[in-house]
Amino acid sequence: MKFRALRHIFFPWLAAMLLALPARADELLMVRAERPFADAINDLQIAIQDHGYKVARIQRVDVGLASGGYATAEYRLVFFGKPEEMREIEDRYPELLPYLPLKIVIFAEGNSALALAYNPAILQGFFKIDPLQSRFQRWEKDIREILDQFAAQ
Amino acid sequence: MPLIQRLHRFIAACVVCTLGSAAPAAWATDDGAKLYAHHCAACHGSRGTGGVGVPLALPDFLAAADDNFLRKTIRLGRPGRVMPAFRQLSDAEVDTLIRYIRGWAPTGTSKAAIEKSSIKGNVERGGKLYARYCAACHGAHGEGGHGTGVTFSRPRDLPVLAPALNNPGLLAAASDATIKTTLMRGRRGTPMPSFLKLGLKEQDIDDLVVYVRAFKPETLPDPVQSMADEPPVIERASPYDMDKTVERLKEAIGAANMRLIRTESFDRTFSEDSRENKRHVVVDSCDFDFLNQALKIDPRVGLFLPCRFTLSERDGKVSVSTINPKRLSAIFNNSELNQLCDKMHKVYVDILEEATF
Ligand code: HEC
Ligand code: HEC
Repeated sequence: MKFRALRHIFFPWLAAMLLALPARADELLMVRAERPFADAINDLQIAIQDHGYKVARIQRVDVGLASGGYATAEYRLVFFGKPEEMREIEDRYPELLPYLPLKIVIFAEGNSALALAYNPAILQGFFKIDPLQSRFQRWEKDIREILDQFAAQ
Repeated sequence: MPLIQRLHRFIAACVVCTLGSAAPAAWATDDGAKLYAHHCAACHGSRGTGGVGVPLALPDFLAAADDNFLRKTIRLGRPGRVMPAFRQLSDAEVDTLIRYIRGWAPTGTSKAAIEKSSIKGNVERGGKLYARYCAACHGAHGEGGHGTGVTFSRPRDLPVLAPALNNPGLLAAASDATIKTTLMRGRRGTPMPSFLKLGLKEQDIDDLVVYVRAFKPETLPDPVQSMADEPPVIERASPYDMDKTVERLKEAIGAANMRLIRTESFDRTFSEDSRENKRHVVVDSCDFDFLNQALKIDPRVGLFLPCRFTLSERDGKVSVSTINPKRLSAIFNNSELNQLCDKMHKVYVDILEEATF
Protein backbone atom coordinates (compact mmCIF):
# COMPACT_ATOMS: atom_id res chain seq x y z
CA MET A 1 0.00 0.00 0.00
CA LYS A 2 0.89 3.62 -0.38
CA PHE A 3 2.60 4.36 2.94
CA ARG A 4 4.58 1.16 2.84
CA ALA A 5 6.09 2.27 -0.44
CA LEU A 6 6.85 5.63 1.08
CA ARG A 7 8.66 4.03 3.96
CA HIS A 8 10.67 1.45 2.08
CA ILE A 9 11.62 3.39 -0.99
CA PHE A 10 11.05 7.07 -0.50
CA PHE A 11 12.62 7.69 2.90
CA PRO A 12 15.84 5.77 2.27
CA TRP A 13 16.06 7.59 -1.04
CA LEU A 14 15.49 10.92 0.71
CA ALA A 15 18.26 10.12 3.20
CA ALA A 16 20.64 9.31 0.34
CA MET A 17 19.69 12.55 -1.44
CA LEU A 18 20.34 14.62 1.66
CA LEU A 19 23.67 12.95 2.25
CA ALA A 20 24.70 13.81 -1.27
CA LEU A 21 24.46 17.56 -0.66
CA PRO A 22 27.83 19.15 0.02
CA ALA A 23 28.78 19.33 3.69
CA ARG A 24 28.36 22.76 5.19
CA ALA A 25 28.72 22.48 8.93
CA ASP A 26 32.23 23.82 8.62
CA GLU A 27 31.57 27.07 6.80
CA LEU A 28 30.36 28.68 9.99
CA LEU A 29 32.50 28.35 13.09
CA MET A 30 30.74 28.81 16.42
CA VAL A 31 31.82 28.06 19.98
CA ARG A 32 30.52 28.58 23.50
CA ALA A 33 32.41 29.88 26.52
CA GLU A 34 30.91 29.16 29.92
CA ARG A 35 31.76 32.57 31.31
CA PRO A 36 29.95 35.83 31.85
CA PHE A 37 30.10 38.10 28.83
CA ALA A 38 32.49 40.68 30.33
CA ASP A 39 35.17 38.03 30.93
CA ALA A 40 34.51 36.30 27.65
CA ILE A 41 34.96 39.38 25.45
CA ASN A 42 38.16 40.19 27.27
CA ASP A 43 39.48 36.68 26.66
CA LEU A 44 38.48 36.91 23.02
CA GLN A 45 40.60 40.02 22.51
CA ILE A 46 43.55 38.37 24.21
CA ALA A 47 43.19 35.29 21.99
CA ILE A 48 43.13 37.50 18.89
CA GLN A 49 46.25 39.38 19.99
CA ASP A 50 48.00 36.13 20.94
CA HIS A 51 47.73 35.14 17.31
CA GLY A 52 49.44 38.28 16.08
CA TYR A 53 46.40 40.31 15.05
CA LYS A 54 45.43 43.78 16.10
CA VAL A 55 41.91 44.39 17.40
CA ALA A 56 40.84 47.42 15.41
CA ARG A 57 37.42 48.15 16.80
CA ILE A 58 34.56 46.70 18.78
CA GLN A 59 31.15 47.64 17.51
CA ARG A 60 28.47 47.55 20.18
CA VAL A 61 25.43 46.41 18.27
CA ASP A 62 23.44 46.02 21.49
CA VAL A 63 23.90 49.69 22.26
CA GLY A 64 22.55 50.60 18.84
CA LEU A 65 19.59 48.27 19.31
CA ALA A 66 18.88 49.68 22.76
CA SER A 67 18.91 53.22 21.39
CA GLY A 68 16.32 52.04 18.88
CA GLY A 69 14.15 50.89 21.80
CA TYR A 70 14.91 47.15 21.63
CA ALA A 71 15.78 45.14 24.74
CA THR A 72 18.76 42.94 24.09
CA ALA A 73 21.67 41.15 25.71
CA GLU A 74 25.25 42.08 24.82
CA TYR A 75 25.96 41.69 21.13
CA ARG A 76 29.28 42.92 19.70
CA LEU A 77 31.39 42.71 16.58
CA VAL A 78 35.14 42.48 17.06
CA PHE A 79 37.12 43.60 13.99
CA PHE A 80 40.75 42.66 13.62
CA GLY A 81 43.58 42.26 11.14
CA LYS A 82 47.28 42.62 10.60
CA PRO A 83 47.72 46.19 9.34
CA GLU A 84 50.44 45.40 6.78
CA GLU A 85 48.36 42.51 5.43
CA MET A 86 45.25 44.66 5.15
CA ARG A 87 47.22 47.38 3.35
CA GLU A 88 48.59 44.93 0.86
CA ILE A 89 45.11 43.63 0.07
CA GLU A 90 43.76 47.15 -0.15
CA ASP A 91 46.33 47.95 -2.82
CA ARG A 92 46.26 44.70 -4.75
CA TYR A 93 42.87 43.07 -4.25
CA PRO A 94 40.37 45.83 -3.44
CA GLU A 95 37.51 43.58 -4.56
CA LEU A 96 37.91 41.79 -1.20
CA LEU A 97 37.41 44.90 0.93
CA PRO A 98 33.67 44.44 1.59
CA TYR A 99 34.61 41.25 3.51
CA LEU A 100 37.42 42.85 5.54
CA PRO A 101 38.80 43.41 8.13
CA LEU A 102 38.26 39.99 9.72
CA LYS A 103 35.58 39.82 12.37
CA ILE A 104 34.19 37.66 15.13
CA VAL A 105 30.66 38.10 16.44
CA ILE A 106 30.23 37.61 20.18
CA PHE A 107 26.98 37.63 22.11
CA ALA A 108 25.66 36.71 25.53
CA GLU A 109 23.30 33.83 26.16
CA GLY A 110 22.43 33.70 29.82
CA ASN A 111 25.64 33.08 31.74
CA SER A 112 27.65 32.02 28.75
CA ALA A 113 28.88 33.72 25.61
CA LEU A 114 28.82 32.51 22.02
CA ALA A 115 31.41 33.53 19.46
CA LEU A 116 31.18 32.92 15.74
CA ALA A 117 32.90 33.68 12.48
CA TYR A 118 32.57 32.49 8.95
CA ASN A 119 35.32 30.25 7.83
CA PRO A 120 37.71 32.49 5.82
CA ALA A 121 38.21 29.54 3.48
CA ILE A 122 34.87 30.45 1.89
CA LEU A 123 36.57 33.55 0.46
CA GLN A 124 38.56 31.37 -1.94
CA GLY A 125 35.29 29.96 -3.24
CA PHE A 126 33.85 33.48 -3.51
CA PHE A 127 36.78 35.25 -5.19
CA LYS A 128 39.03 32.52 -6.61
CA ILE A 129 42.21 34.55 -6.08
CA ASP A 130 44.88 31.87 -6.24
CA PRO A 131 47.76 33.93 -4.82
CA LEU A 132 45.64 34.46 -1.70
CA GLN A 133 44.60 30.87 -1.18
CA SER A 134 47.32 30.09 1.35
CA ARG A 135 46.48 33.35 3.15
CA PHE A 136 42.83 32.31 3.45
CA GLN A 137 43.99 28.96 4.81
CA ARG A 138 46.16 30.64 7.42
CA TRP A 139 43.26 32.88 8.44
CA GLU A 140 41.14 29.77 8.82
CA LYS A 141 43.75 28.07 11.01
CA ASP A 142 44.18 31.20 13.12
CA ILE A 143 40.45 31.80 13.59
CA ARG A 144 39.87 28.16 14.57
CA GLU A 145 42.66 28.46 17.14
CA ILE A 146 41.37 31.78 18.43
CA LEU A 147 37.89 30.31 18.90
CA ASP A 148 39.31 27.19 20.58
CA GLN A 149 41.37 29.30 22.95
CA PHE A 150 38.28 31.39 23.70
CA ALA A 151 36.12 28.32 24.42
CA ALA A 152 38.75 26.60 26.59
CA GLN A 153 39.53 27.67 30.21
CA MET B 1 18.30 7.95 -15.71
CA PRO B 2 16.32 5.31 -13.82
CA LEU B 3 15.78 6.07 -10.16
CA ILE B 4 17.75 3.10 -8.91
CA GLN B 5 20.80 4.07 -10.93
CA ARG B 6 20.61 7.62 -9.61
CA LEU B 7 20.36 6.23 -6.14
CA HIS B 8 23.54 4.26 -6.67
CA ARG B 9 25.30 7.34 -7.88
CA PHE B 10 24.20 9.28 -4.84
CA ILE B 11 25.33 6.56 -2.50
CA ALA B 12 28.67 6.31 -4.27
CA ALA B 13 29.04 10.07 -4.04
CA CYS B 14 28.29 9.95 -0.32
CA VAL B 15 30.79 7.23 0.32
CA VAL B 16 33.40 9.26 -1.51
CA CYS B 17 32.67 12.44 0.40
CA THR B 18 32.50 10.75 3.78
CA LEU B 19 35.78 8.99 3.17
CA GLY B 20 37.35 12.14 1.83
CA SER B 21 36.44 14.30 4.77
CA ALA B 22 36.92 11.73 7.50
CA ALA B 23 40.67 11.89 6.86
CA PRO B 24 42.81 12.94 9.83
CA ALA B 25 41.31 16.19 10.99
CA ALA B 26 43.58 17.95 13.45
CA TRP B 27 41.04 17.76 16.26
CA ALA B 28 39.90 14.18 15.61
CA THR B 29 39.42 12.54 18.96
CA ASP B 30 37.43 9.68 20.36
CA ASP B 31 36.59 11.63 23.43
CA GLY B 32 32.82 12.21 23.39
CA ALA B 33 32.95 15.25 25.63
CA LYS B 34 35.47 16.94 23.36
CA LEU B 35 33.57 16.11 20.19
CA TYR B 36 30.39 17.40 21.75
CA ALA B 37 32.05 20.59 23.00
CA HIS B 38 33.56 21.20 19.59
CA HIS B 39 30.57 20.53 17.36
CA CYS B 40 27.39 20.77 19.37
CA ALA B 41 27.76 22.73 22.62
CA ALA B 42 27.55 26.14 20.96
CA CYS B 43 23.93 25.47 20.04
CA HIS B 44 22.70 22.76 22.41
CA GLY B 45 24.45 24.04 25.56
CA SER B 46 27.50 22.58 27.27
CA ARG B 47 25.34 20.17 29.24
CA GLY B 48 22.66 19.61 26.63
CA THR B 49 20.17 21.99 28.17
CA GLY B 50 19.48 23.81 24.91
CA GLY B 51 19.95 27.32 23.57
CA VAL B 52 20.02 27.97 19.83
CA GLY B 53 19.18 24.26 19.51
CA VAL B 54 16.57 22.27 21.43
CA PRO B 55 17.60 20.55 24.69
CA LEU B 56 19.04 17.05 24.27
CA ALA B 57 19.53 16.13 27.94
CA LEU B 58 15.85 15.34 28.40
CA PRO B 59 14.79 11.95 29.76
CA ASP B 60 11.70 11.93 27.52
CA PHE B 61 13.70 12.78 24.43
CA LEU B 62 16.30 10.11 25.11
CA ALA B 63 13.55 7.57 25.74
CA ALA B 64 12.01 8.29 22.34
CA ALA B 65 15.16 8.63 20.24
CA ASP B 66 16.79 5.39 19.11
CA ASP B 67 20.40 5.33 17.92
CA ASN B 68 19.35 5.31 14.30
CA PHE B 69 17.41 8.55 14.86
CA LEU B 70 20.39 10.21 16.51
CA ARG B 71 22.80 9.01 13.84
CA LYS B 72 20.66 10.21 10.96
CA THR B 73 19.88 13.51 12.66
CA ILE B 74 23.59 14.22 13.08
CA ARG B 75 24.41 13.14 9.53
CA LEU B 76 21.49 14.77 7.71
CA GLY B 77 20.83 17.76 9.93
CA ARG B 78 17.53 19.49 9.34
CA PRO B 79 17.91 21.09 5.91
CA GLY B 80 16.59 24.64 5.84
CA ARG B 81 16.53 24.79 9.67
CA VAL B 82 19.50 25.76 11.79
CA MET B 83 20.64 22.21 12.66
CA PRO B 84 23.62 21.55 10.34
CA ALA B 85 24.49 18.26 8.62
CA PHE B 86 27.70 16.80 10.05
CA ARG B 87 29.09 14.84 7.17
CA GLN B 88 32.70 15.54 8.04
CA LEU B 89 32.60 13.30 11.13
CA SER B 90 33.69 9.65 10.89
CA ASP B 91 31.25 6.86 11.79
CA ALA B 92 33.28 6.19 14.93
CA GLU B 93 33.02 9.85 15.95
CA VAL B 94 29.26 9.84 15.44
CA ASP B 95 28.97 6.69 17.59
CA THR B 96 31.09 8.30 20.29
CA LEU B 97 28.85 11.35 20.25
CA ILE B 98 25.75 9.20 20.56
CA ARG B 99 27.21 7.39 23.55
CA TYR B 100 28.06 10.70 25.12
CA ILE B 101 24.54 12.07 24.63
CA ARG B 102 23.07 8.81 26.00
CA GLY B 103 25.08 9.46 29.16
CA TRP B 104 22.55 12.17 30.03
CA ALA B 105 19.73 9.63 30.45
CA PRO B 106 18.86 8.99 34.10
CA THR B 107 20.69 5.89 35.32
CA GLY B 108 18.72 2.72 34.96
CA THR B 109 16.66 3.81 31.95
CA SER B 110 16.88 1.51 28.96
CA LYS B 111 17.53 3.15 25.62
CA ALA B 112 14.90 3.18 22.89
CA ALA B 113 15.12 0.08 20.70
CA ILE B 114 15.30 0.57 16.95
CA GLU B 115 11.75 -0.29 15.88
CA LYS B 116 11.23 -0.48 12.15
CA SER B 117 7.66 -1.76 11.89
CA SER B 118 5.09 0.75 10.75
CA ILE B 119 2.12 1.91 12.74
CA LYS B 120 -1.36 1.67 11.24
CA GLY B 121 -3.91 4.40 11.54
CA ASN B 122 -6.39 6.63 9.77
CA VAL B 123 -4.76 9.60 8.04
CA GLU B 124 -7.98 11.60 7.76
CA ARG B 125 -8.74 11.32 11.44
CA GLY B 126 -5.11 12.10 12.11
CA GLY B 127 -5.40 15.28 10.04
CA LYS B 128 -8.37 16.51 12.03
CA LEU B 129 -6.62 15.77 15.31
CA TYR B 130 -3.50 17.51 14.04
CA ALA B 131 -5.35 20.72 13.17
CA ARG B 132 -6.91 20.70 16.62
CA TYR B 133 -3.97 19.69 18.82
CA CYS B 134 -0.72 20.38 17.03
CA ALA B 135 -1.01 23.12 14.41
CA ALA B 136 -0.82 25.96 16.92
CA CYS B 137 2.78 25.07 17.75
CA HIS B 138 4.05 23.09 14.76
CA GLY B 139 2.28 25.12 12.05
CA ALA B 140 -0.66 24.15 9.82
CA HIS B 141 1.63 22.25 7.44
CA GLY B 142 4.21 21.08 9.97
CA GLU B 143 6.55 23.92 9.09
CA GLY B 144 7.56 24.45 12.74
CA GLY B 145 7.87 27.52 14.94
CA HIS B 146 9.55 30.65 13.64
CA GLY B 147 13.08 31.60 14.49
CA THR B 148 15.80 29.44 15.94
CA GLY B 149 14.65 29.09 19.51
CA VAL B 150 17.68 30.92 20.80
CA THR B 151 17.14 32.43 24.20
CA PHE B 152 19.39 35.37 23.37
CA SER B 153 18.45 36.71 26.80
CA ARG B 154 15.21 38.18 25.57
CA PRO B 155 11.67 37.80 26.79
CA ARG B 156 10.15 34.93 24.83
CA ASP B 157 6.77 33.26 24.91
CA LEU B 158 8.05 29.74 24.21
CA PRO B 159 11.27 28.63 25.84
CA VAL B 160 11.85 25.87 23.26
CA LEU B 161 10.99 26.23 19.61
CA ALA B 162 8.63 23.67 18.05
CA PRO B 163 10.65 21.78 15.39
CA ALA B 164 9.49 21.53 11.79
CA LEU B 165 7.69 18.20 11.30
CA ASN B 166 7.62 18.37 7.49
CA ASN B 167 11.40 18.55 7.44
CA PRO B 168 13.09 15.99 5.18
CA GLY B 169 15.82 15.44 7.81
CA LEU B 170 13.31 14.63 10.56
CA LEU B 171 11.15 12.43 8.33
CA ALA B 172 14.17 10.46 7.17
CA ALA B 173 15.50 10.02 10.72
CA ALA B 174 12.41 9.30 12.84
CA SER B 175 10.77 5.89 12.97
CA ASP B 176 7.04 5.62 13.63
CA ALA B 177 7.90 4.37 17.12
CA THR B 178 9.99 7.49 17.86
CA ILE B 179 7.13 9.77 16.84
CA LYS B 180 4.63 7.68 18.80
CA THR B 181 6.70 7.67 21.98
CA THR B 182 7.11 11.44 21.66
CA LEU B 183 3.34 11.91 21.47
CA MET B 184 2.63 9.44 24.29
CA ARG B 185 5.18 10.82 26.75
CA GLY B 186 5.57 14.40 25.58
CA ARG B 187 8.86 16.07 26.47
CA ARG B 188 8.81 17.25 30.05
CA GLY B 189 10.84 20.45 30.36
CA THR B 190 9.60 21.74 26.98
CA PRO B 191 6.19 22.92 25.76
CA MET B 192 5.57 19.55 24.03
CA PRO B 193 2.79 17.90 26.10
CA SER B 194 1.95 14.22 26.59
CA PHE B 195 -1.19 13.55 24.59
CA LEU B 196 -2.05 10.51 26.66
CA LYS B 197 -2.23 12.79 29.66
CA LEU B 198 -4.31 15.23 27.63
CA GLY B 199 -6.87 12.44 27.21
CA LEU B 200 -6.21 11.10 23.70
CA LYS B 201 -6.53 7.34 23.15
CA GLU B 202 -3.70 5.25 21.79
CA GLN B 203 -5.63 4.87 18.52
CA ASP B 204 -5.83 8.69 18.20
CA ILE B 205 -2.09 8.84 18.62
CA ASP B 206 -1.57 6.20 15.96
CA ASP B 207 -3.73 8.25 13.59
CA LEU B 208 -1.57 11.28 14.34
CA VAL B 209 1.62 9.31 13.68
CA VAL B 210 0.33 8.21 10.30
CA TYR B 211 -0.64 11.79 9.50
CA VAL B 212 2.77 13.21 10.45
CA ARG B 213 4.44 10.43 8.49
CA ALA B 214 2.48 11.42 5.39
CA PHE B 215 3.68 15.04 5.46
CA LYS B 216 5.07 15.96 2.12
CA PRO B 217 8.65 16.90 2.93
CA GLU B 218 8.92 20.56 2.25
CA THR B 219 10.72 21.21 -1.00
CA LEU B 220 13.47 23.57 -0.04
CA PRO B 221 14.74 26.41 -2.08
CA ASP B 222 18.13 24.77 -2.05
CA PRO B 223 20.58 27.37 -0.86
CA VAL B 224 23.48 25.46 -2.40
CA GLN B 225 22.00 25.52 -5.85
CA SER B 226 20.36 28.91 -5.97
CA MET B 227 22.84 30.93 -3.94
CA ALA B 228 26.15 29.50 -5.10
CA ASP B 229 25.73 31.28 -8.43
CA GLU B 230 25.33 34.65 -6.77
CA PRO B 231 28.36 36.96 -7.02
CA PRO B 232 30.04 37.60 -3.63
CA VAL B 233 29.57 41.37 -3.87
CA ILE B 234 27.00 43.75 -5.30
CA GLU B 235 28.79 46.50 -7.19
CA ARG B 236 27.81 49.58 -9.18
CA ALA B 237 30.02 51.99 -11.10
CA SER B 238 29.51 55.63 -10.23
CA PRO B 239 29.56 58.43 -12.81
CA TYR B 240 30.68 60.87 -10.06
CA ASP B 241 33.93 61.54 -8.24
CA MET B 242 34.59 60.16 -4.75
CA ASP B 243 33.24 63.10 -2.74
CA LYS B 244 30.09 63.42 -4.79
CA THR B 245 29.47 59.66 -4.66
CA VAL B 246 29.83 59.63 -0.87
CA GLU B 247 27.40 62.54 -0.67
CA ARG B 248 24.81 60.83 -2.86
CA LEU B 249 25.27 57.55 -1.04
CA LYS B 250 24.52 59.17 2.31
CA GLU B 251 21.36 60.69 0.90
CA ALA B 252 20.27 57.32 -0.49
CA ILE B 253 20.92 55.66 2.89
CA GLY B 254 18.78 58.29 4.60
CA ALA B 255 16.02 57.86 2.03
CA ALA B 256 16.01 54.11 2.76
CA ASN B 257 15.40 54.94 6.45
CA MET B 258 18.73 53.53 7.53
CA ARG B 259 20.78 55.21 10.20
CA LEU B 260 24.18 56.50 9.16
CA ILE B 261 26.88 55.30 11.56
CA ARG B 262 30.17 56.56 10.19
CA THR B 263 32.19 57.44 7.13
CA GLU B 264 35.95 56.88 7.10
CA SER B 265 38.79 55.68 4.92
CA PHE B 266 39.10 51.90 4.78
CA ASP B 267 42.45 51.87 6.56
CA ARG B 268 40.91 53.49 9.64
CA THR B 269 38.84 50.30 10.01
CA PHE B 270 41.92 48.25 10.84
CA SER B 271 44.34 50.80 12.27
CA GLU B 272 43.94 54.10 14.11
CA ASP B 273 47.31 55.48 13.04
CA SER B 274 46.65 54.93 9.38
CA ARG B 275 47.84 56.70 6.31
CA GLU B 276 44.27 57.82 5.42
CA ASN B 277 44.22 56.39 1.96
CA LYS B 278 41.25 58.23 0.47
CA ARG B 279 40.92 55.89 -2.48
CA HIS B 280 38.96 53.41 -0.38
CA VAL B 281 36.23 54.81 1.79
CA VAL B 282 33.60 52.98 3.82
CA VAL B 283 30.18 54.20 4.87
CA ASP B 284 28.55 52.19 7.68
CA SER B 285 24.84 52.27 8.32
CA CYS B 286 22.19 50.24 10.09
CA ASP B 287 18.47 49.64 10.08
CA PHE B 288 17.84 48.64 13.69
CA ASP B 289 14.20 47.64 13.10
CA PHE B 290 15.27 45.22 10.43
CA LEU B 291 18.21 43.98 12.49
CA ASN B 292 15.98 43.33 15.48
CA GLN B 293 13.65 41.30 13.30
CA ALA B 294 16.54 39.38 11.77
CA LEU B 295 18.09 38.55 15.15
CA LYS B 296 14.85 36.89 16.19
CA ILE B 297 15.10 34.60 13.21
CA ASP B 298 18.79 33.84 13.56
CA PRO B 299 21.10 35.19 16.28
CA ARG B 300 24.05 34.66 13.95
CA VAL B 301 23.09 37.47 11.56
CA GLY B 302 25.76 39.69 13.13
CA LEU B 303 28.02 38.16 10.50
CA PHE B 304 26.23 40.33 7.93
CA LEU B 305 27.10 43.48 9.87
CA PRO B 306 27.93 46.26 9.63
CA CYS B 307 25.74 47.32 6.72
CA ARG B 308 28.76 48.66 4.94
CA PHE B 309 29.20 50.40 1.60
CA THR B 310 32.75 50.33 0.27
CA LEU B 311 33.77 52.98 -2.26
CA SER B 312 36.85 52.42 -4.40
CA GLU B 313 38.62 54.68 -6.82
CA ARG B 314 40.66 53.07 -9.57
CA ASP B 315 42.10 54.99 -12.53
CA GLY B 316 39.82 57.90 -11.71
CA LYS B 317 36.70 55.72 -11.74
CA VAL B 318 34.64 55.28 -8.59
CA SER B 319 32.58 52.20 -7.75
CA VAL B 320 30.46 51.32 -4.73
CA SER B 321 30.01 47.79 -3.40
CA THR B 322 28.53 45.78 -0.53
CA ILE B 323 28.69 42.13 0.43
CA ASN B 324 25.97 40.13 -1.28
CA PRO B 325 23.73 38.90 1.56
CA LYS B 326 22.29 36.21 -0.69
CA ARG B 327 25.71 34.68 -1.28
CA LEU B 328 26.59 34.74 2.40
CA SER B 329 23.24 33.32 3.51
CA ALA B 330 24.07 30.07 1.75
CA ILE B 331 26.33 29.10 4.66
CA PHE B 332 23.58 29.41 7.30
CA ASN B 333 21.22 26.52 6.49
CA ASN B 334 18.19 28.58 7.46
CA SER B 335 15.50 29.07 4.82
CA GLU B 336 13.73 31.75 6.81
CA LEU B 337 16.93 33.74 6.82
CA ASN B 338 17.22 33.36 3.05
CA GLN B 339 14.02 35.36 2.68
CA LEU B 340 15.41 38.19 4.79
CA CYS B 341 18.58 38.16 2.73
CA ASP B 342 16.55 38.58 -0.43
CA LYS B 343 15.02 41.66 1.13
CA MET B 344 18.39 43.02 2.26
CA HIS B 345 19.80 42.40 -1.20
CA LYS B 346 17.03 44.50 -2.70
CA VAL B 347 17.63 47.32 -0.22
CA TYR B 348 21.35 47.35 -1.07
CA VAL B 349 20.72 47.35 -4.81
CA ASP B 350 18.22 50.21 -4.48
CA ILE B 351 20.66 52.30 -2.48
CA LEU B 352 23.56 51.62 -4.84
CA GLU B 353 21.47 52.50 -7.86
CA GLU B 354 20.06 55.61 -6.31
CA ALA B 355 23.57 56.80 -5.39
CA THR B 356 25.09 56.14 -8.79
CA PHE B 357 22.10 57.15 -10.91
C1 HEC C 1 24.07 25.87 14.64
C2 HEC C 1 23.33 25.30 15.73
C3 HEC C 1 23.37 23.79 15.94
C4 HEC C 1 24.48 22.98 16.03
C5 HEC C 1 25.95 23.36 15.89
C6 HEC C 1 23.97 21.65 16.33
N1 HEC C 1 22.60 21.67 16.39
FE1 HEC C 1 21.41 20.05 16.75
N2 HEC C 1 19.73 21.23 16.46
C7 HEC C 1 19.75 22.60 16.29
C8 HEC C 1 18.38 23.08 16.18
C9 HEC C 1 17.95 24.54 15.98
C10 HEC C 1 17.55 21.94 16.27
C11 HEC C 1 16.01 21.92 16.17
C12 HEC C 1 15.60 21.67 14.73
C13 HEC C 1 14.33 22.40 14.31
O1 HEC C 1 14.01 23.45 14.88
O2 HEC C 1 13.69 21.95 13.34
C14 HEC C 1 18.43 20.80 16.47
C15 HEC C 1 18.00 19.48 16.63
C16 HEC C 1 18.82 18.42 16.99
C17 HEC C 1 18.37 17.08 17.32
C18 HEC C 1 16.92 16.62 17.31
C19 HEC C 1 16.34 16.88 18.67
C20 HEC C 1 14.94 16.42 18.81
O3 HEC C 1 14.28 16.83 19.78
O4 HEC C 1 14.48 15.66 17.95
C21 HEC C 1 19.47 16.35 17.67
C22 HEC C 1 19.48 14.88 18.10
C23 HEC C 1 20.61 17.21 17.54
N3 HEC C 1 20.19 18.46 17.12
C24 HEC C 1 21.90 16.82 17.80
C25 HEC C 1 23.04 17.61 17.54
C26 HEC C 1 24.38 17.15 17.71
C27 HEC C 1 24.79 15.77 18.23
C28 HEC C 1 25.19 18.18 17.33
C29 HEC C 1 26.71 18.18 17.24
C30 HEC C 1 27.29 17.14 16.43
C31 HEC C 1 24.33 19.30 16.94
N4 HEC C 1 23.04 18.90 17.09
C32 HEC C 1 24.78 20.54 16.52
C33 HEC C 1 20.87 23.41 16.20
C34 HEC C 1 22.19 22.97 16.18
C1 HEC D 1 2.51 23.77 23.08
C2 HEC D 1 3.23 23.57 21.86
C3 HEC D 1 3.20 22.16 21.24
C4 HEC D 1 2.09 21.40 20.91
C5 HEC D 1 0.62 21.73 21.13
C6 HEC D 1 2.61 20.22 20.25
N1 HEC D 1 3.97 20.25 20.20
FE1 HEC D 1 5.17 18.82 19.45
N2 HEC D 1 6.79 19.80 20.10
C7 HEC D 1 6.79 21.04 20.72
C8 HEC D 1 8.14 21.39 21.09
C9 HEC D 1 8.58 22.68 21.76
C10 HEC D 1 8.96 20.30 20.71
C11 HEC D 1 10.48 20.17 20.90
C12 HEC D 1 10.70 19.43 22.18
C13 HEC D 1 12.14 19.17 22.45
O1 HEC D 1 12.92 20.10 22.50
O2 HEC D 1 12.50 17.99 22.65
C14 HEC D 1 8.07 19.33 20.09
C15 HEC D 1 8.51 18.11 19.56
C16 HEC D 1 7.73 17.29 18.79
C17 HEC D 1 8.22 16.15 18.04
C18 HEC D 1 9.67 15.69 17.98
C19 HEC D 1 10.33 16.43 16.83
C20 HEC D 1 11.80 16.20 16.74
O3 HEC D 1 12.48 17.03 16.13
O4 HEC D 1 12.28 15.23 17.29
C21 HEC D 1 7.15 15.61 17.38
C22 HEC D 1 7.17 14.42 16.43
C23 HEC D 1 6.00 16.41 17.73
N3 HEC D 1 6.38 17.41 18.59
C24 HEC D 1 4.71 16.17 17.26
C25 HEC D 1 3.60 16.84 17.75
C26 HEC D 1 2.24 16.48 17.40
C27 HEC D 1 1.85 15.41 16.39
C28 HEC D 1 1.42 17.29 18.14
C29 HEC D 1 -0.08 17.26 18.21
C30 HEC D 1 -0.65 16.02 18.65
C31 HEC D 1 2.27 18.20 18.90
N4 HEC D 1 3.57 17.88 18.65
C32 HEC D 1 1.81 19.21 19.71
C33 HEC D 1 5.69 21.84 20.94
C34 HEC D 1 4.37 21.43 20.81
